[in-house]
Amino acid sequence: MNKFTEDTITAIATPSGVGAISVIRVSGPLSFEIADKIFKGKIRLTDSSTHTIHYGQIFDENDVLVDDVLISVFRNPHSYTGEDSVEISTHCNPLISKKIIDLLLKNGTRLAEPGEFTKRAYLNDKLDLVQAEAVADVISSRTDASLRGARNQLNGLLSKKVDELRNSLINASSFVELELDFAEEDVEFINLGDLMNRVRTIENEIDLLLKSYNFGKVIKEGVNVALVGKPNVGKSSLLNYILKESRAIVSHIPGTTRDIIREDVSIDGIMFRLYDTAGIRISEDIIEKEGVLRSRKAVKDADLVILINDVDQGKSEDLLNEISSLINSNRILSILNKIDLGMTGLDDYDVKISALTGEGIESLFRKMKEKALGTSNYTEKSAVVSNSRHFDCLRKAKESLGKVKNSIENKMSGEFIAVDLRKAIDDLGEIVGIVTSEDILNNIFTKFCIGK
Amino acid sequence: MINYDIVVVGGGHAGIEASTSAAGMGCNVTLITMDRYATGRMSCNPAVGGTAKGHLVREIDALGGKMGIIADRTGIQFRMLNKSKGPAVWSPRCQSDRKLYSEEAYRVVGNTLNLTIIEDSVIDILVENNRVSGVLTSKGIELKCRAVILSSGTFLNGLMHTGLKSTSGGRFGEKPSTGITESLINLGFESGRLKTGTPPRLSKNSINWEVVEVQPGDEDPQPFSHRTGKDFPFLPQVPCHITSTNEAVHKILEKGFKDSPLFTGRIKGVGPRYCPSIEDKIVRFAEKKQHQLFLEPEGLDSDLIYLNGFSSSLPGDIQLEAIHKIKGLENAEMIRPGYAVEYDFFPPHQVDLTLETKLIQGLYFAGQINGTSGYEEAAAQGIVAGINAALKIQGKPEFVLKRSEAYIGVLIDDLVNKSTEEPYRMFTSRAEHRLILRQDNADRRLMKYGYEFGLIGKDLFEESQKRDRLISESINLFESLKLHARDINPLLKTRGLNGIDSTESISKLCKRPELSLNDLLKVNGFGDNEIVQELLSDTISMNQVEIELKYEGYLKRQQEIILRMERNEEVIIPLTLNYFNLNGLSTEGREKLNRVKPRSIGQASRISGVTPSDISILLVYLKN
Repeated sequence: MNKFTEDTITAIATPSGVGAISVIRVSGPLSFEIADKIFKGKIRLTDSSTHTIHYGQIFDENDVLVDDVLISVFRNPHSYTGEDSVEISTHCNPLISKKIIDLLLKNGTRLAEPGEFTKRAYLNDKLDLVQAEAVADVISSRTDASLRGARNQLNGLLSKKVDELRNSLINASSFVELELDFAEEDVEFINLGDLMNRVRTIENEIDLLLKSYNFGKVIKEGVNVALVGKPNVGKSSLLNYILKESRAIVSHIPGTTRDIIREDVSIDGIMFRLYDTAGIRISEDIIEKEGVLRSRKAVKDADLVILINDVDQGKSEDLLNEISSLINSNRILSILNKIDLGMTGLDDYDVKISALTGEGIESLFRKMKEKALGTSNYTEKSAVVSNSRHFDCLRKAKESLGKVKNSIENKMSGEFIAVDLRKAIDDLGEIVGIVTSEDILNNIFTKFCIGK
Repeated sequence: MINYDIVVVGGGHAGIEASTSAAGMGCNVTLITMDRYATGRMSCNPAVGGTAKGHLVREIDALGGKMGIIADRTGIQFRMLNKSKGPAVWSPRCQSDRKLYSEEAYRVVGNTLNLTIIEDSVIDILVENNRVSGVLTSKGIELKCRAVILSSGTFLNGLMHTGLKSTSGGRFGEKPSTGITESLINLGFESGRLKTGTPPRLSKNSINWEVVEVQPGDEDPQPFSHRTGKDFPFLPQVPCHITSTNEAVHKILEKGFKDSPLFTGRIKGVGPRYCPSIEDKIVRFAEKKQHQLFLEPEGLDSDLIYLNGFSSSLPGDIQLEAIHKIKGLENAEMIRPGYAVEYDFFPPHQVDLTLETKLIQGLYFAGQINGTSGYEEAAAQGIVAGINAALKIQGKPEFVLKRSEAYIGVLIDDLVNKSTEEPYRMFTSRAEHRLILRQDNADRRLMKYGYEFGLIGKDLFEESQKRDRLISESINLFESLKLHARDINPLLKTRGLNGIDSTESISKLCKRPELSLNDLLKVNGFGDNEIVQELLSDTISMNQVEIELKYEGYLKRQQEIILRMERNEEVIIPLTLNYFNLNGLSTEGREKLNRVKPRSIGQASRISGVTPSDISILLVYLKN
């Protein structure tokens, strides 16, 4: 007997902490039966119809009232998981939730593994693979934009796009196969130039999706930003200004910011993780040495480095060189701080600001967004790749199309072109989880008059 | 009461291969046919082979089957199709003398040791404890046997249509076979109805040959069989001709639509989309103003011409009126109108990969009964059924060809896993490993099996093995054997190609499309090299070495894909698995898995109606 499809699982569906209500989800064939054992309401859940809400009380084994609750009933297949399931809304108190979960466990449910509700939804064909992965993203989204992105994917935006591309490839492939299997027939075949154009068009679309990966990743995962600068240029002041709250130690003694301080801020819906680094310079102080190592690591791992210079010390070319050796220079944003002290020097910076007055901060934000997203025109409404598995499949498809183009250029016969076309079709099919071999023939029979 | 090991029902292309292979393996076989002189009779096209079908014939031959030899001996035009494409899709095809083909087939079957022919028809399959025990014939004879192979073609409750007139029968002028379908349904089998059609036959002398296009055979014809000797071709060679329909033809045909059994719903069976009737073509592809037609000779002495492309079940007078509007056929005499034939088949998910039915042990289905169309598809199943029936009786392990091994493997795997709703025909695009499954290397892929079963002689097998060795040795040699610039550059120059700097391996040079292996081996003699000498005297091996060198990159990729796929083939699903206990399966997936009972995850994933999430569930289950 298969363990996971047979048993009934439960878990708290809302985050831990204090709030107004907390929801406990139960899913599996015994959901109603088990819930009925601990719940007293007007009618039994087992007898109630789907999509109804029931008020009542939960009692423990000694008939002591645990909480007043509302229970929603979902009957299979009309539930998130596709199974019978109930959602219990309780007053939010960790003790109450824990008590109810304990009662459910005692009465025959099992604690759900992470992602198990979604896995069941996928296995019950409620979601395709892309959608299932998107659910995980919706749950872990921390900003509005990333939530919207994930929502769109859940609605099948990427699946739709990939399907579209896959169908164009099947079309192209049909032309190739037509010539191979029906050469004796009186049908017109595609010429290599047309085929090349079709493949190029599809490749461009895949390219767009591949390029959207950066955007998608930024939206979904956020951007790691390392703040770097010589002592006293005002790194922590800038950080503080951004956070509008004081956590880093701000002082005039060089090197006091020994630990890396991380703060997360959301700018226009994009999550920036700001790392305030200690100096990158060599130090004799053992504690500082450790700090230097950590700073270097922070720079290496960063998506974006903000190199802070100040009006007093001018542009620090040595620091810029050092950072450039750690990270691609187009990921460096070089800024000038303390312009409230007066503008000196003609060096050119990406942004000039004052962490004291706030002057220039807006344009710094704009630049940060630009660097993070590139100059692309994506919106949350575009099909966007934000998952590394999808990215990888698209990359493989593109690679196969490269081989297709190569074969076309070398005027290879159709069966060689077909090898890699099929590979590309399968690569795309892997994203949405469909693999079929009849597609091409079906396409041929609907489009062409075959038959001697 | 007479005892046999195996009874084969039907003497068509499947029956010939099934009976001769099982007899060749030492079984005592009887072939029951309604008319012994109808053995191997071609119901439709007087031709063997063609795209992908030619591959099947070569494979059947490598296993020790008869189709290739019979076709070689009776062919009157041989062509290698797709010559302008790469070697993987080259397909041999021949035009056959219909009468001689049948005579030769009868001679081959009649001369087979351990094989008896009985003229009768089977009306009941006898079964004891879900195991075949014999057959009952229309003459009331009960034949006891250990296995029955049903290869009854289009004869099961065959019904022929021309216009609104229907006649019982499986082929023009021949009676249908009744009783078997009912017997099988009583045993629990599920049956279906298919349709196929055939075009009119015209009188040769009534055609104006001056105005139609000539389609000659190859100048250097190649035989199908690995066993055919040097005096090939045996018969005089003749051309085919090409003409086409036009709008006037279409207009006349449309007049007959009201009396079309196809459009009026008289025909219930599903026809093949790749071989539609002319009326179907006019309706479905209304924008096409003309359709190509082939005038194929039915034989050297025959007055009949087969009008390929004009399959029809419209009333005979409409067919004739339309034919008279075709260029060259203005005065054509129609000897026999085209007709459609409907027949019973048994959706092939009911057989296993050995072609034994899942329901009744010892009962095998081969050919059109499994929903296929085509002589070659039928013959391929015939030989697999014959071999497996013999192996089972002899207590030996079964014979199943993999998709990566043969078109025959693809054919049977498709039938079992996808079942079929229209007559199934082989196409090269069905074979995902097409580059490796070439007609030229059929012997290297399959002759070992034919030899193992005793259907291929020792000499022939050793010759093939020797060739196999020579090919691998040559490929190794050419990886390392280098040509010097001074030797090769003159040739490159005469071909207008860039020269090389110092040295380059033969294998690398051979990848240039403009250079053949022969060119390279002739440069500055390899006089003392035995392998090169041997290769130069063996064009078959030479061609294969050249293919392997030229397309090395593609072949390697294909091989990698095969390896990846085979991992799934190795995840075995127990046949006893109860799919009704796996709750997460989709309803359709569960039903399809249950009826096919796949052997591996690889096979399960090819079953139509089984979704990727069904496969995930199976995988999770198998891991637990």
